[in-house]
Amino acid sequence: MNITIDYFLILSAFMLGAGMYGFFTRRNTLAILISIELILNAADINFAAFNRLCQTGIEGYVFTLFSIAISAAETAIAIAVMINIYRMLKNNYVDELDTLKW
Amino acid sequence: MDYSQFLNMAPELSLLAVILILFVADLFMCTDRKSGRGILNTPLPVILLTVHTLLCVAPLIANCQYSVVNGEAFGGMYVSSAMALVVKAVLNVGTIIVFLTAHEWLKQPEMANKQGEYYILTLFTLLGMYFMISAGHFLMFFIGLELASVPMTALIAYSKRSQESAEAAAKYILTALFSSGLMLYGISLIYGTTGTLYFDKVAPMLADGSMVTLAALVLFIGGIGFKISLVPFHLWTADAYQGAPTAVTSYLSVISKGAAAFVLFVVLTKVFAPVIEQANVLFFWIIVFSITLANIFAVRQNNLKRFMAFSAISQAGYLVLGVMGATPQGLTAIVYYLLVYMAANLGVFLIISITEQRSGKILISDYDGYYRTNPKLAFLMTLCLFSLAGIPPFAGFFSKFFMFMAAFKAGFVVLVLIALVNTVISLYYYLLIVKAMYIKPNDNPIAPFKSDGYTRTGLALCIAGVVLIGIISWFYAYIDQFAFGL
Repeated sequence: MNITIDYFLILSAFMLGAGMYGFFTRRNTLAILISIELILNAADINFAAFNRLCQTGIEGYVFTLFSIAISAAETAIAIAVMINIYRMLKNNYVDELDTLKW
Repeated sequence: MDYSQFLNMAPELSLLAVILILFVADLFMCTDRKSGRGILNTPLPVILLTVHTLLCVAPLIANCQYSVVNGEAFGGMYVSSAMALVVKAVLNVGTIIVFLTAHEWLKQPEMANKQGEYYILTLFTLLGMYFMISAGHFLMFFIGLELASVPMTALIAYSKRSQESAEAAAKYILTALFSSGLMLYGISLIYGTTGTLYFDKVAPMLADGSMVTLAALVLFIGGIGFKISLVPFHLWTADAYQGAPTAVTSYLSVISKGAAAFVLFVVLTKVFAPVIEQANVLFFWIIVFSITLANIFAVRQNNLKRFMAFSAISQAGYLVLGVMGATPQGLTAIVYYLLVYMAANLGVFLIISITEQRSGKILISDYDGYYRTNPKLAFLMTLCLFSLAGIPPFAGFFSKFFMFMAAFKAGFVVLVLIALVNTVISLYYYLLIVKAMYIKPNDNPIAPFKSDGYTRTGLALCIAGVVLIGIISWFYAYIDQFAFGL
């Protein structure tokens, strides 16, 4: 069977959709963070697949490497913020984050 | 390898040098050490940043041959231009004023061992904005954007014991990650259709205007609109502004917004030029909703920082007005608007900050009778608010005028009309604060206090900007001469 670019694009589009759905429906901040990772990885799959199957050079691979490193840094600081919240509230549900509104 | 290319990125290198010096100085001079002289809390960072700013603007003042500052590094990933240098200088001045704002807050005993972190984190976000402004490639742009937003989260969560601060940081980082993830997906679509990520090479390949291109455009606008806090992407703004420490809020409200607006202009003109018609349709509605919704929400606020957040969303709508049509005149209007908005907004935040430090009060109703106890500060705040609203003798009027003129010449008459109507509405809610300070009676007003020298210096700079920038007419013409060929 010949694996074409379509397979990768469908996979990444599904991951993007699942990530967005999770971002809006999940109530646990860590689950939201996992949903965001799905979105970021969908973009990474796109870059790698486009570079492998459609384009020449290594620009897409390099971008993937950088974006993985950056998303790791972002996740680290997001988890630091959540640990800080957990210490104050003893849970990490977004429903509890309601001091600031309107 | 040709090392002389690093000379083209002199502003970045000198800012990095400033950060490293502060980093080492933090080890030895912090006030919680016995040998510490407290020089780190404000004199040293301000002096270093002033020297750095002078180095930045030197090539612009020394000779009017702008070609000397045009150059590139890393094979075109980094591009420097005269206009980028002007924007960097403006951001520098803003950061200096923010540091002057932060002095009183950092002086508290419980902040003694955290002073250095504040300066270093702030300057790292500034470095990220530098790279974002000068990007010639989507990778450099993305790294700059993240370098600007990741330390910003740490800054918002700076008050470790405050639940509001932590909550604001959580809301900021989650929405920031979401929007940057969507933007990354958009960039990957651009890469898929064109095979390159250099700004000037992408444009000719996008000419077909297919669905994929439009999807990439929308996702990109979503990502950058989050940074500028335009309306469908603005929901984090009010919470982050209210929860963050005041010195951080003032930084967030002007500096990161200005850098992102400039980048938006550059990317739209360079990369999305073939689909600029569709982009204009999008921006028409984004601007209308930004200005109108923010104005409506601002009227019903009682927390002054939250009020300023909605004011900032509305001002961001005006700022993006210059993007419409993508003319050189629009670019000049953006930079000029940014400068004027910075002077007025930072002035307001200086007064909010010093009042909060001295009395702990932050609500608009607390400001009732402010004029009777602190007449000078009340008067200066009124000047800044008038400039934000765009009342004629002050700079805010001229910046709005140039912005409207640029959009009008580009043919967006209806949009200019809607923006004009909204200026009147904004005048109403800015005057609500003036009314609270001057007219409303209060049995228990904020006690009279003396502000420190740093706050006074910052206020003097802001008021000079508010009063003089509009009147000194060559200022606009000076910026205008750099706005070509972008």
